[in-house]
Amino acid sequence: MTPEERQAFEEELYTFVGRPLHPEPKRSYDAVNEAMIRHWAEVMGDKNPAYTNAEWAASSRRGELIAPPAMMYAWNQEGYAVAAEGRPSDGLSDLVAYFDQHGFTGSLGTNVDQEFFAEAKIGDALFEDAIIEEISEQKVTARGRGYFLQTLAKFTNQSGELIGTQRFRVFKFIPPEAPPKAAASGASEELEVPTRIHAPRGQDNGWWWDACDEGKVLIQRCKNCQTLRHPPRPMCGECQSTDWDSVQSTLDGEIFSFVEMHYPKFPGYKYPLIVAVISLAEGTRIISNVVGIDSQDVKIGMKVKGKVEQVDEKTMLPQFYPVEA
Amino acid sequence: MSICDKTAIVGIANTEFSKNSGRSELQLAAEATRDALADAGLKPSDVDGMTTFTMDNTDEIELARAVGIGDLRFYSRVPHGGGAATGLIHQAVMAVASGMAECIVCYRSLNGRSGHRYSSGVSGPLLTADAIHWGWYTPYGLMTPASWVAMYSQRYMHLTEQCQEAMFEIAHVQREYAAKNPAALFYEQPFTLDDYENAKRIVSPLKLLDCCLESDGGSAVIITTAERAKDLKHKPVAIKGVGQAAAANMESMTSFYRPEIAAIPSMDIAAREAYQQSGLTPDDIDAAVIYDAFTPIVLWQLESWGFCESYKAPQFVLDGALRSDGRLPTNTHGGQLSEAYIHGVNGIVEAAKLVRGSSVNQPAKHIENVLVTSGVGVPTGGALLGSL
Ligand SMILES: [Zn+2]
Repeated sequence: MTPEERQAFEEELYTFVGRPLHPEPKRSYDAVNEAMIRHWAEVMGDKNPAYTNAEWAASSRRGELIAPPAMMYAWNQEGYAVAAEGRPSDGLSDLVAYFDQHGFTGSLGTNVDQEFFAEAKIGDALFEDAIIEEISEQKVTARGRGYFLQTLAKFTNQSGELIGTQRFRVFKFIPPEAPPKAAASGASEELEVPTRIHAPRGQDNGWWWDACDEGKVLIQRCKNCQTLRHPPRPMCGECQSTDWDSVQSTLDGEIFSFVEMHYPKFPGYKYPLIVAVISLAEGTRIISNVVGIDSQDVKIGMKVKGKVEQVDEKTMLPQFYPVEA
Repeated sequence: MSICDKTAIVGIANTEFSKNSGRSELQLAAEATRDALADAGLKPSDVDGMTTFTMDNTDEIELARAVGIGDLRFYSRVPHGGGAATGLIHQAVMAVASGMAECIVCYRSLNGRSGHRYSSGVSGPLLTADAIHWGWYTPYGLMTPASWVAMYSQRYMHLTEQCQEAMFEIAHVQREYAAKNPAALFYEQPFTLDDYENAKRIVSPLKLLDCCLESDGGSAVIITTAERAKDLKHKPVAIKGVGQAAAANMESMTSFYRPEIAAIPSMDIAAREAYQQSGLTPDDIDAAVIYDAFTPIVLWQLESWGFCESYKAPQFVLDGALRSDGRLPTNTHGGQLSEAYIHGVNGIVEAAKLVRGSSVNQPAKHIENVLVTSGVGVPTGGALLGSL
């Protein structure tokens, strides 16, 4: 886009702000009912009896079942037909089409914020009244260049009582060019699940990662003076020998320091994500993840035991677990 | 021979700081250089040397041609990101004091917000020594500057008392300075303890306001002989001492293999060197510009430079030392936490202003000598500036 084209694009773009998604509040497809609540609670793994156990609910202070508050938006959502026939045209689809026409074809849902004011009960009809609340200035992110758009939906029941609100934020961006290899093989449609970023393997470190792929954590050892060293390097700093072999670590260790990664979050990594400096029983240190423990319970000095695990489709890594005292 | 008082900073300049400069890094470097020369009362043709960061995208000869600088006799680059900041002075001083060059521009410009952002982390398919180094950390998710510094910080917190309170004090004092500095990105934007505590977590134990800005801008300083400096426009800012060091068993940002990691031995060495050259002691230093990519790194440097004992920096800071009326007014421009992040070179500009007496937040007391440092966690350095 030239600066002039961008200006014209943005002038029209910001006229979408404030537009309603539907000409009038959209009524839920079904009244709030036990069957859908049960399906939702089952999928979410939510065992709260206030949602599904009528007997329990009858004896509770409410005296009846309620719908899970977070389910609020589900009552007004289109069903499977969307997948086959596409979404019916509304204020949002017009905006999405406008973005797509100008090359901002990428979509990424980034945030959902819900606020709850009242409970939905069996038999309630829910009405969704939504607008396009906000469109950001142009932003450059790791995904590409684009705009954040935010919708605000208000849910009311048949008496006009406000049940809750939901703000939904989507990033519409120009996706980076597909890598030429994928395009040539015709496999560009294939969805690839992101994996962790791998270490490049060179002459001095490749052997270590190859052993890791086979489930072993090795520690380089000087053949001349037996000094252990990690990370690997081609010469012994103690005696300058370039002869070396290795020993396999037992992966018994102790946390020397640690951090918890919050922001930015990288695709391919599971959060909460703890990274620690671990002192191994052999005397060298290794940087790795600590797993199987709540982050607030991780402490310096804690004993850990590692094992090499497959952490995603393509990656073998040592992972350390707390040792029961 | 000592380099003390052989050379001086005679010209200083920053461009404006922003989130989107709208122009190239070459242009930012050229503007900063032009303005620093004008500040000194020098012409482009007076320049015969240049120093910058290996990380800088602007080629020396491109910059020379853009500004109308003629023949160059000396050019040199210093590695390791922010660790290079006072390394620019180190190189320039050696060249000028030895007669290899007479007038050197030290520059740094970056579109650190609108261009490549350091917070986006390290990764890449290339098989370089650098990529192999990061490869020991990226598979586990440890791949941003905040994460590497947080690892040292957690350990430091474990060994000290009131570290968290001191981190707030550093962030807060600097924001108070920035709020009164019209050039700062956070001009007129103070924050409260509540804001600090409720800010987004970046990498525990660091939250948003413990982390520096990402910004666009350029900074330059001109260094020449002390003799020539006396005839120029401003009071010369003498270089009393400058140290540069990479301590044993070093990795860039990830020196996690030393017996204790809650310390920065490279800066201890740089401090010793600079004090030795200058004959100054910590008691002679009146103010400081301490590299502040993240709040905890200020604490460690206070210890390296002998303003307090090891692991006692939190108490030193909580005594109000960094404030305008404190023992060591520090980062009076707002620092990289709150003025702008120009890899510490805007800090050299501020340190020179403190010696000149022209800081926007000039402390009431007389300032004779000022410390300015480079980024830590990497090979680093620091310089002692003072009156000639
Ligand atoms: Zn050896």
